[in-house]
Amino acid sequence: MMDRRSFLKKLFSSLALSGGVLGGFFRILPAWGQAKEEPAGKLWGFGVSVDKCIGCARCVVACKSENNVPKEPFFYRTWVERYMIPKEGEAEVTNIHTGLAPEAEVPSKPIFRSFFVPKLCNQCAHPPCVQVCPVGATFSTEDGVVLVNDRTCIGCRYCIQACPYGARYLHPATHTADKCTFCYHRLHRGLLPACVEVCPTQARVIGDLHSAASPMTRFKRMNKIFVLKPNLNTEPKVLYANIDGEVR
Amino acid sequence: MKKPFQKLPESVVRLVTVFAVFIVGTIVVVKFAIPPRFKDTKIQWADTIKQETAKPVQYAGAVACADCHEEVVAQKRKGYHRDLSCETCHGPAKAHTDDPDKVKPPAPRDRKFCPVCHTFNPSRPRGYPMINPVAHNPMKPCFTCHEPHDPKPPTVPRECSACHGEIARTLSVSHHVQLKCTSCHTVPAQHRVSPRVIRPSKPTSRDFCGKCHAKDSTFKGSPKIDLASHGEKYVCWQCHYPHLPEVE
Repeated sequence: MMDRRSFLKKLFSSLALSGGVLGGFFRILPAWGQAKEEPAGKLWGFGVSVDKCIGCARCVVACKSENNVPKEPFFYRTWVERYMIPKEGEAEVTNIHTGLAPEAEVPSKPIFRSFFVPKLCNQCAHPPCVQVCPVGATFSTEDGVVLVNDRTCIGCRYCIQACPYGARYLHPATHTADKCTFCYHRLHRGLLPACVEVCPTQARVIGDLHSAASPMTRFKRMNKIFVLKPNLNTEPKVLYANIDGEVR
Repeated sequence: MKKPFQKLPESVVRLVTVFAVFIVGTIVVVKFAIPPRFKDTKIQWADTIKQETAKPVQYAGAVACADCHEEVVAQKRKGYHRDLSCETCHGPAKAHTDDPDKVKPPAPRDRKFCPVCHTFNPSRPRGYPMINPVAHNPMKPCFTCHEPHDPKPPTVPRECSACHGEIARTLSVSHHVQLKCTSCHTVPAQHRVSPRVIRPSKPTSRDFCGKCHAKDSTFKGSPKIDLASHGEKYVCWQCHYPHLPEVE
């Protein structure tokens, strides 16, 4: 028969030894040493005001000429979708033409709401495309952009399958995966990405998420912010303002 | 002293030697023969960033244009196209900024260009200037009427009809066409800023219409009624639509 005192003694000593307390202590211990401020490097973020987009696709044209994206209408680094939400039934999503639309389409059903949604690579903080790359050809840079090394890429298309936003395509000339880089070469020279440069209504915004004075900080402060497919926990760095709940 | 290997059988010694050579060889090959670029993703990624940032730029950016074309920039700054980047219409102009005399950026002069943004499309945001290019002066290039650097609608919509076009059109065929909107509605200045929150007043009493339509009114040329006996419990607009009153 064990008395209460010795029972409690054994209980607490076994708890301590079982690792709960010790383990927790060892876990925080290294953090004390590393508790320094984060490096003040840039972290690029992108903002899209859906209510400003007029669906002119100037961004798509500019992106294609800036980044040597093939002209065919199924290779895109950025594209614009037109949402038609009928009064009853499913939303109809179409990829809009570049240039002059052949003719104004008359919707067959009564339309409840309609708008354009510009899309591009979301430059996720937890990118599924990077996880699946078997050769390490795609990676996140320090400033938050996901890049592809077209000399290492073997063109296996895993990343194209893995991307939940459909932001990647296989370049027909190089046979490697290609995607939006936020115009990394332009950012590096202090220029705006081509799509942001030409957008006639300022529906697209780019800026440093770490800086207090960047257009992105203002964009985040002035708008209610949404991201695409938040349930996937990819933590996109492309933020949407005034977006409809139907958008996926 | 006996050598330790003498104890082992000859075959084992040979096997160990083969393995040792194999292991050492592998280490040497991995360590020295394979270039570090193949083994270390960090180096690959640094290479990618170098490669990416070295890519040529096509769009020079609107800041570059302002260096030489001050007049156009000053003109554009005042107009509706103030936020429009030069290269949205004139195309990528990096070649032009590099060699201004040799390469001239094109200026769009046909009706295929402006309607890309300004054709009516129900998905475009409200209030955005849109036309039907089939019906809107189909034979004239846009720039013959609208200066692209400072575009204006040829006739500016008048005060109320800018938003209440439907009422304005109804009123234009009605007997009340000579009345000003303000003779019946008091419009607070704030109504222009937040039209849905601050609303204009509407006549609420029978005496208001009676100013012209009562038997004893001094106003000439309007149908007269006896206010006391004519539909006594209703306000006038409950039976008569004031913007298009019925004619006997």
